[in-house]
Amino acid sequence: MMLAAEATSESTRLVTLVLFGLMVAATIGITIWANRNTRNATDFHSGGRGFSPLQNGLAIGSDYMSAASFLGIAGMIALFGYDGFLYSIGFLVAWLVALLLVAELLRNSGRYTMGDVLSYRMQQRPVRTAAAVSTVVVSIFYLLAQMVGAGALIALLLGIQEGQTFLGMSADVAKIVGIVVVGLLMTLYVSLGGMKGTTWVQIVKAVILMGGAALLTLLTLSLYGFNLGALMNDAASASQHGAALLEPGLRFGVEVPGDAVATMWNKLSLISLGMALVLGTAGLPHILIRFYTVPDSQSARKSVNWGIGLIGVFYLMTLVLGFGAAALVGHEAITAQNPGGNTAAPQLAQTVGEQIGGPFAGSVLLALIASAAFAAILSTVAGLVIASSSSLAHDFYNSVLRKGKATGSEEVRVAKLTALGIGVVAIVLAVFAQNLNVAFLVSLAFAIAASANLPTLLLSLFWKRFNTRGALAGIYGGLVSAVGLVFFSPVVSGSETALVPGADFAWFPMPYPALVSVPFGLLCAVLGTLSSKEQDFDKFAMLQVRALTGAGAEKAGSH
Amino acid sequence: MAEEKQTGSPPTNGGISEEALIAMHSDPRFNELKRRLYRFVFPMSVAFLAWFFLYVLMSAFARDLMGTVLFGNVNFALVFGLLQFASTFGIAVAYTSYARGKLDPQATELHDELVRSSEEATR
Repeated sequence: MMLAAEATSESTRLVTLVLFGLMVAATIGITIWANRNTRNATDFHSGGRGFSPLQNGLAIGSDYMSAASFLGIAGMIALFGYDGFLYSIGFLVAWLVALLLVAELLRNSGRYTMGDVLSYRMQQRPVRTAAAVSTVVVSIFYLLAQMVGAGALIALLLGIQEGQTFLGMSADVAKIVGIVVVGLLMTLYVSLGGMKGTTWVQIVKAVILMGGAALLTLLTLSLYGFNLGALMNDAASASQHGAALLEPGLRFGVEVPGDAVATMWNKLSLISLGMALVLGTAGLPHILIRFYTVPDSQSARKSVNWGIGLIGVFYLMTLVLGFGAAALVGHEAITAQNPGGNTAAPQLAQTVGEQIGGPFAGSVLLALIASAAFAAILSTVAGLVIASSSSLAHDFYNSVLRKGKATGSEEVRVAKLTALGIGVVAIVLAVFAQNLNVAFLVSLAFAIAASANLPTLLLSLFWKRFNTRGALAGIYGGLVSAVGLVFFSPVVSGSETALVPGADFAWFPMPYPALVSVPFGLLCAVLGTLSSKEQDFDKFAMLQVRALTGAGAEKAGSH
Repeated sequence: MAEEKQTGSPPTNGGISEEALIAMHSDPRFNELKRRLYRFVFPMSVAFLAWFFLYVLMSAFARDLMGTVLFGNVNFALVFGLLQFASTFGIAVAYTSYARGKLDPQATELHDELVRSSEEATR
């Protein structure tokens, strides 16, 4: 692997650091500008609701194209071929749930958070508390995965391997520095820039990431005369799997020879994962609050369409990048750098650059893709922090503790402090969690969103009889079952890769809980509802009229 | 002054009276709007979820079929996966044009009527 070559490594680091620096400077500039233009709670939580559909579509794509989905999926395709593609399909199809059932109705009937819609027909305080709890839990799991990934990634992207030092830092120190830098920057973006700053950072990141990925895709294809078939052929023959690389089954639903039971559980796990992916997106709090940043429900619809287009094209490009890395970089070089394949895309950038324009072009292209990945981390974590701080300030502090009497400026002060607190907590947790296998954190966040948030949200919007006890049972039932099943799964104990090595208290055979926890969450919501006499058809009528006609919807701030 | 407006619960319905909203819920035009929305989004959601889970189930249990090479080195699994992309784009386009033609005009009419009546009431 060329990263090991000292000269290349030095020039790459220099170019990478300059690009990192430029990007950080630009995003801080945006944040300071946004801070001057953030005057009230609507500006802070929802960016003044003045973003255009294209801008919000880019930000939606940005929230979604995290480092995990860019580097992770490209790496998964490079190492396991088709199954990485399968993962991205779940992520994409999920947007139809958001488009058809959630985006417009939520925009019309809520104000700042998911809790606004859940609690409209219910007793405010218990339901908003539950909404805040599930928002924070989902966001923290997602955030941790991003931050831990960030630390490892920065060490790798700067080319610091075990035993090497850079600016006097060993790889371990560089990881911690990476986590702290990302943590401080995201806290700065959110507490200074609010939703306006965060959204603009996301727009810039989406452009950089899409541009970088498009350039790399074109260059990779150009090496094969734009013949995708030839590229796939090369990928298959370069990998140890041969044609199996192009078929499902290397990563998910693995067939264990001679063990029909294990095989069946593996296959059910794949279905469980698919369920979490497709149903989770429309329940992710940081995605839901994006629908509030546009002026009306038609703009929310258009922005989801932009998001679907961008994300779809992006995943098609990662397919080329993943197979490109398998063909040009090779399985051994990828796993030597990072066993999970997370650096496959940057490694491909370097190889392609070298083949086309020599070592320096390789360095520049690597630095470009590395910076895009770094931007991906920063903007996704900023989106997660603002989702949780908005929910804590708006749902919990204002509506629960202050019984709705806090003013907008008070709510913003609390949200900024909360963002600071979440930043500190995330840094500390990520430093301690940095050696854990984090891939499961993202799938856990999706599973909780699918089990706790989505059923409750849909029942709130469409089921006349739904009530407070049903909402509470749905949120807590989905949350506890998703987290609990993972706790008793082979992810946590009883396997070679478990979080708690040596212990074995696993009795749930699948690493992905959604297949059980989604129906369970829904069942809890229905039984909870039917067990309580509370019903308020008038409130339901009001919610539906608001959601469908947009009457009484929150308006864009004046500019 | 927006700055000092209380932002907590309960929601204010943007100045439109509760009575007007409740009355609108039983207006035949609202029921028609709701019927049109439901008629599209529910069957379509069932359809795309079934189509997606068919794909996942076949990836898990129909590996031989999925591995069948159709042409060159393009196999059934790749084509099925790309069809998921195509159907997602297609459903998004179809819904958008349906909403523009069948939902937006009706929703705007009812929205304007509710806003007008609330303005008249406060005058």
